Amino acid sequence: MEWWLRMIEFHLDSRSGVSPYMQLIQQVRHALRLGLLKEGDKLPTVKDVVARVAINPNTVLKAYRELEYEGLVQPRPGLGTFVTRTLGSDEDLAAHEPLRRDLEGWLAKARDAGLDDESIEALFISTFRRFSAERAGRRG
Amino acid sequence: MTSAVITEHLTKKYGRKTALSDCSLDIPAGHVVGLVGPNGAGKSTLLQLVCGQLNPTAGGLTVLGGPPVTGSPRIGFVAQDTPVYGSLSIDDHLRFGKHLNPSWDDDLARERIERLDLDPKQKAGKLSGGQRAQVALTLAIAKRPELLLLDEPVAALDPLARREFLQGLMEYVAESGTSVVMSSHLVADLERVCDYLIVLVKSKVRVTGEVEELLATHHHVTGARVDPEKLGPGRTVIQARHTDVQSSLVVRSTAPIDDPAFSVAGIDLEDLVLAYMSEAANGRDRVLEKQR
Repeated sequence: MEWWLRMIEFHLDSRSGVSPYMQLIQQVRHALRLGLLKEGDKLPTVKDVVARVAINPNTVLKAYRELEYEGLVQPRPGLGTFVTRTLGSDEDLAAHEPLRRDLEGWLAKARDAGLDDESIEALFISTFRRFSAERAGRRG
Repeated sequence: MTSAVITEHLTKKYGRKTALSDCSLDIPAGHVVGLVGPNGAGKSTLLQLVCGQLNPTAGGLTVLGGPPVTGSPRIGFVAQDTPVYGSLSIDDHLRFGKHLNPSWDDDLARERIERLDLDPKQKAGKLSGGQRAQVALTLAIAKRPELLLLDEPVAALDPLARREFLQGLMEYVAESGTSVVMSSHLVADLERVCDYLIVLVKSKVRVTGEVEELLATHHHVTGARVDPEKLGPGRTVIQARHTDVQSSLVVRSTAPIDDPAFSVAGIDLEDLVLAYMSEAANGRDRVLEKQR
């Protein structure tokens, strides 16, 4: 496929509570994980992004710099910003399937116990946060 | 980083009414600055002082490294209600602009009008609010200013016209790097557009700083009823609401709040601005209570 056909388009959700800067980064990472963007693909120029989503150009620059710092993209002077690697190897994707099945089993148990969607979500998120915080604490 | 505007104890009074009181700011260049506050807070007064249309009652200011100059070619100003001459055509406006401004970029102006799908022969009085705002913006940026001042540019526009106006503005900022100061009482658009914020309430500056830093240092804190005074040092309570069993606070703190007794969450720009506005209102109530 030609690169201009695989150019992603950003969009912003102003009610998500996630900062515009973070939304841009997440959308690129997401596109890389799903294989929508591949090595050599070009990101839209800063001017194109701001003209489309009415966002501060410094925010776009900062998001692109963060992606560069993460080693995902590389600016080429005068040409634009290009994807340098993809996220999520085939092994990662292979690991998804059994984990998804475990999670589905847990969800079924939660349903059987009479929890509604909101309770399940709240329980999952609070457990996930505590787990991540404990891991981070152990490291630090 | 150089400063676009520096004000020191800047004060403006109209007779006995104080429009701006002891305002000290250092606005860095290369930013899109949101000047936020309720109607009558002093936003327009501050912008008119910066572009030299008003003289301060006390204090002083430096604009682009020198004193403010009325009609400076280095400053583009779009006043409230985006004034245009109703009986003149868009083309007349562009020719006036060219005649009056040595740095006028006629190609930029005409290309913008064409891209907006406007007929240069159209009388400005027949334009919609959104089109009029776009023409006023075109006239301001065709001067190729170093500093662009916009007084409530989108307040009167419908959501689509507002979005289109901000798209055009951001596109210009991306290619020119011009510093922008934009006043608004609509906070919703500001989080995506502005990277620097000034909150002005009742003629005084309440808070100012880089948006990112402000968002990182302000937190929503909820928990069992707490005494705001006992939160610990280095923490300022901006807004506090209490019920019998629960307290809900907006707290400014550079260090993270990791007390397990509280649930701490981030804050968006709108809530942050509203907290500072209601802080001002509560302050007045407290004074009244003391007098009783």
